[in-house]
Amino acid sequence: MMRTVSAAETAPTTHPWAVHAEGLRVRAGRHLAVDGLGLALGAGVHGLLGPNGAGKTTLIRALATVVKPAGGRLRLLGEPVDGRADLRRVRRGLGYLPQQFGFYPRFTVREFVEYMAWLKEMPKPLVPGAVQRAIDRVGLASKANARMKTLSGGMLRRAGIAQAIVNDPEVLLLDEPTVGLDPEQRLDFRKLLRDVGHDSCVLVSTHLVEDVVAACSDVVMINEGRLVYQGTPDDLIAQGGAGDAGDSPAERGYSALLHRHRAEAAR
Amino acid sequence: MTTHPTLAVLTRYAEGSGLDDATVWSVEVHLEGCPQCRAGLAGATTDGTRALLDRVAIGLAGGIAAGPVPARRRRLWSAVHRRWLIWALLPWLTMTGAVLGCAVLLERLQPGLPSLVLLLAPVAPLPGVAVAWSRRVDPAWELIAGTPAAGLTMLLRRTASVLALVVPVLVLAGARSGVSLALVLLPCLAFTTATIALGAVIGVRRAAAGVGVLWTAAVVLPSVVTEKLPVVLEPGSVPVWTVAIVALAAFAASRADGYRRLSSHN
Repeated sequence: MMRTVSAAETAPTTHPWAVHAEGLRVRAGRHLAVDGLGLALGAGVHGLLGPNGAGKTTLIRALATVVKPAGGRLRLLGEPVDGRADLRRVRRGLGYLPQQFGFYPRFTVREFVEYMAWLKEMPKPLVPGAVQRAIDRVGLASKANARMKTLSGGMLRRAGIAQAIVNDPEVLLLDEPTVGLDPEQRLDFRKLLRDVGHDSCVLVSTHLVEDVVAACSDVVMINEGRLVYQGTPDDLIAQGGAGDAGDSPAERGYSALLHRHRAEAAR
Repeated sequence: MTTHPTLAVLTRYAEGSGLDDATVWSVEVHLEGCPQCRAGLAGATTDGTRALLDRVAIGLAGGIAAGPVPARRRRLWSAVHRRWLIWALLPWLTMTGAVLGCAVLLERLQPGLPSLVLLLAPVAPLPGVAVAWSRRVDPAWELIAGTPAAGLTMLLRRTASVLALVVPVLVLAGARSGVSLALVLLPCLAFTTATIALGAVIGVRRAAAGVGVLWTAAVVLPSVVTEKLPVVLEPGSVPVWTVAIVALAAFAASRADGYRRLSSHN
């Protein structure tokens, strides 16, 4: 489908990083889940790895501007989003899939994605086309008119991904998007990630190390709210030796890094 | 707009021969914006083109017939009945209606008491407002909190739909018990504004609960016990309520950034 490219889309970016955090601290309840994290992400697919409770969800929530950072600096698309900043402009360029993904059970998939497109303040004439494109891209076209409550877990997840990409976001944040997807859908999803990551910044939190190696151009690993490692998947594989725990080279690299970080922290 | 091409040029364009590239491009650019010339072109088509167009039309018609039916236009009722807010509000509105009905009934039975409708009107919309901006009730709260539309405007829109349902009930109850409509509706509006204004600081649900408890303890209970209508609900207090509404609305507008995030208060 052809569409008109607006001047804003072709304007050169004036910010070096789509996501730029310095000394970021974010609370989850009373607990400081992200503690002094420094992170700079450009275009590409970034895989966010870390053990349970490492602060992945809290970090993604802060990046999605849903919770307010407790300290440090956070810039998205070149604009500050900490403190009392006006978030509207930044939020128009965001796509976000939360870990606990709530929806309105009586809505059809199309109505749900349309509603989200409306909330993201997309121009009205572009909405129907964008909605159809998003639904097609996640492979839900045959279920577009089904009520949300009749969908299976994997389909719901895909509907969630569709609402996240409907506005062609410049920063796409996906929290555990592959939960409930079958192997074939996961392959499709990786292709979608690579497509979107071509010119936007995609951050995917996951527990599946093989997903990161297959689909991501960059690995970000955090533990206890701090950055442990940032590099390419090949570097991650190179970190692991034969003696480390894990069934694949990437898993061995992951556990080697985590082990080293914990040993350093204990000292 | 470019100048209209002559009929001779159009005919040669339709035949697909005898024109240099530059002319073809300029004709095409012109045709995109000129319905008259498009009609002229349609009259100048050759047999081959017409046969091709027929084949395309048949193919398209077949594709349309085989494809999915176009989406039906949504009727107003189905749009209303899918809104979660309406369903989430239903129990609370039923309760509000029942309480106001009881108040009217009690006034009939106990004429000595001060008007209960008048006393309860300020707190009548508060449960609805609390429900409309609660992350426990709205399933997609986290998704919505990350969108640019989230914020004061959205809260106001939802509050408006609550008021659209509560105010008619209040007007009906007020007319039944024969009290001044201004004294029923102005405090109701003032308390709604107060809840929204306080909501930016402590969360809408807590604000609604706090304001409601305060009014009940400080005004409703004493006036029921002493059987006297409080000063704040005398006809002379209308200007005070109006000033309060304006002041509270200004405060709420100045704290608009308090509604933008997923706050733990709500």
